[in-house]
Parts: sequence; C-alpha cells; structure tokens
Amino acid sequence: MILLELFLGFLLIGCFSFGGAYGAIPLIREVVLYFGWLDDEKLSYMIAVSESTPGPIMVNMATYIGSSRAGVPGAVIATAAVVLPAFLIVIVITAALKNVIKKDAPQAVLKGLKSCVIGIILATGVYMILTNCVGSINSISVDIAAICLTAGLSVFRFGTKKVIKKDVSPVILIFLAGIAGVLIYGWN
Amino acid sequence: MKTLFDLFLTFARIGLFTFGGGYAMIPLIESTCVVKKEWITHDEMMDITVIAESTPGPVAINCAMYVGMKKKGIPGAAAATLGVILPSFLIILLISFFFDRFLEIKWVSSAFRGIKIAVGILIADAAVRMILKTEKKPLNITIAAVSFAAVMLINVFALRLSSVVIMLAAAAVSLAVYLAGRRKEKGAKK
Repeated sequence: MILLELFLGFLLIGCFSFGGAYGAIPLIREVVLYFGWLDDEKLSYMIAVSESTPGPIMVNMATYIGSSRAGVPGAVIATAAVVLPAFLIVIVITAALKNVIKKDAPQAVLKGLKSCVIGIILATGVYMILTNCVGSINSISVDIAAICLTAGLSVFRFGTKKVIKKDVSPVILIFLAGIAGVLIYGWN
Repeated sequence: MKTLFDLFLTFARIGLFTFGGGYAMIPLIESTCVVKKEWITHDEMMDITVIAESTPGPVAINCAMYVGMKKKGIPGAAAATLGVILPSFLIILLISFFFDRFLEIKWVSSAFRGIKIAVGILIADAAVRMILKTEKKPLNITIAAVSFAAVMLINVFALRLSSVVIMLAAAAVSLAVYLAGRRKEKGAKK
C-alpha cells in the first residue's frame, strides 16, 4: 500500500515538474504533507541535503522519502516514478512530436505553465520564510533569532551578487547557515 | 552493448560530479557529449536544451534521455538515465539510513535549524531569478501574480486545493488567450 502511494505521489510530481531545479519543490511539499510522509521542518532539511549532494533535487527527494518510508524498495519505486513521466514524454517527442512542441499553441500552454510555476515557487519560498520567522496562523510565535538570521543571510546572498558580481553557491549559503545555527541554538 | 555501457558510464560520471543538479549539469553534458565523445552536434545540444525546458522533469535528466535516445533508441535512453541517476541515488540512500540518528546530535540539529532558513531564501531567490529572466508581458505577469496569491492563501489558511489545479487553469487561460488572439488576426485579414 505504501509502495503504491509512493508510486502515485511521485508520478504526479514527475508529471508537473516544470521550471527547473526548484520547480518541483512546491508540489513535492504538497504531496509529502498530504500523505504525512514528512513535516515542514524535516522537508526543508531534506531540501538542503538534496541541494548539497550531487543530482537533481527532485530525484534526491524521491530517493530519500521512498527509503525512509519503505526501505530500498520504496527508494527504487519513488525514484522510478518521478522520472517515468519525463522518460515517456521524451520517447514520444523524439519519435513523433519533435516539431509539434515548437509550434505556437503548445508554446502558449508552456508559457502559461511557466508563469504559473514562478508564482507558485515564490509563494512557497515566501511562506517558508514567514513560518520560520513568525510561525503559522494557528500557532503564531515570533522568532527573533530566525528573523535576524533571515535578514543576515539575505543580505549576504544578494550583497555578494552586487559586490563581486557572482553568485555564492547555494552550498556555501547552506554551510554558513549551518554554522550560524550552531552558534545561535547551541552545541549541546 | 558497448555503446550502452559507454552511455551508462559517461552519464554516471556526469551525475556524480554535479551538485545542485539541473542547469549545473548542462555545461558538463555539452563538453562531454558534443566536444569529447561527438555523440551529438552543438546545434542538437541547443535543441535538446530547449525541448528539455519544455518538458517536465529535471533538465539534466531530460538531456541524458535525449542523448541516449539519439545514440541507441529506447535502450540508450534507459542506460543514460540510469547512469545519471545512480550516483545520487546511492548517496541519498546511504544518507537516509543514518539521517534520523544524525539529527539527534545536538549540534547537528542546531545546524539544520539554521539551514532551514537558508532553504527558504534559496527558494524565494530562485523565483526572483526566474522573474528577472522571463518575458514581461501583461499575461505572464498576471498569471504569475494570481498563482502567487492563490498559493499564499492555500498555504496560510491550509486550504485543500492542489497547485496542479492552478497549473492546469494557467495553461488553459494562456491557450485561450493565444487562440483568441489568432482568431482576431484572421478576422482582421479578411
């Protein structure tokens, strides 16, 4: 049963993950919370781990959740399910539809999807930042340390973009946030 | 058989050495498959990237699928996909066995409480970056703004509405506007 849930959940994610590395995160969050596989807290930990290890985030998340829910078979099934839609679509497109996808009508559909995904990703990021800083609507708790850390990391992230004209890698940001976390919340 | 194995190994190497996934892999795929192995031409690579962006799934995995498909059909696509996934699959599998116990260590859980904050920023930053790159047409901006507002409401009030519904609605609106525009054009010509 859990294997079937994992398969269907990640199949859905695989079908609708437009918009690059972060495009799948809102839908992963939705599916994972719906089935109760992870809570918000653990989910953001895993996003960080997926970002700091090789491989696309979506696939890493599938592997981790599959494994933690149902061992190695779960990991295999979730990972297979999340890439299966793309695999089938690529086969169909290279076989028959190579030029159809470049036509205007499919491109109009894709533009709609992409704009929508941008809005969804932004909402997910903003909501995560909000819950970190002030909690959710049912349990409002203002976390001063989290607010300061959010401000500090944002200044660092966007400041380096302005000053050295280069992005700091997400891994470096995650690493710094980890050090700050240890300093703020203590070692033992 | 030899080509299949070569596809598998080549993509396994690409999968192992690219952190962050997605677009990080594309330069490596390009230098390996176009320059070194000459499996595909530069133009084909450009084509593949565009199509990969238009289909669901991580761009890097889509690229692997296309290259494999080009070289050896469906078995080739399967070998390349398996190769690009396998390294991260094994690494994450290993992590998943120890992660919960690891989190019980105080300094690790403290670190992750800080890291959680970086994740929110990275996601919001990814969206901002996409906004800067996208065409600023009124329709695109409207769709993005409405989707943003809808998902914020869903999150804050824990509503039971899937973002898939919003995506399908956005696709339908975009198609309808395109079709209406085309009909108008035809009418004007007559």
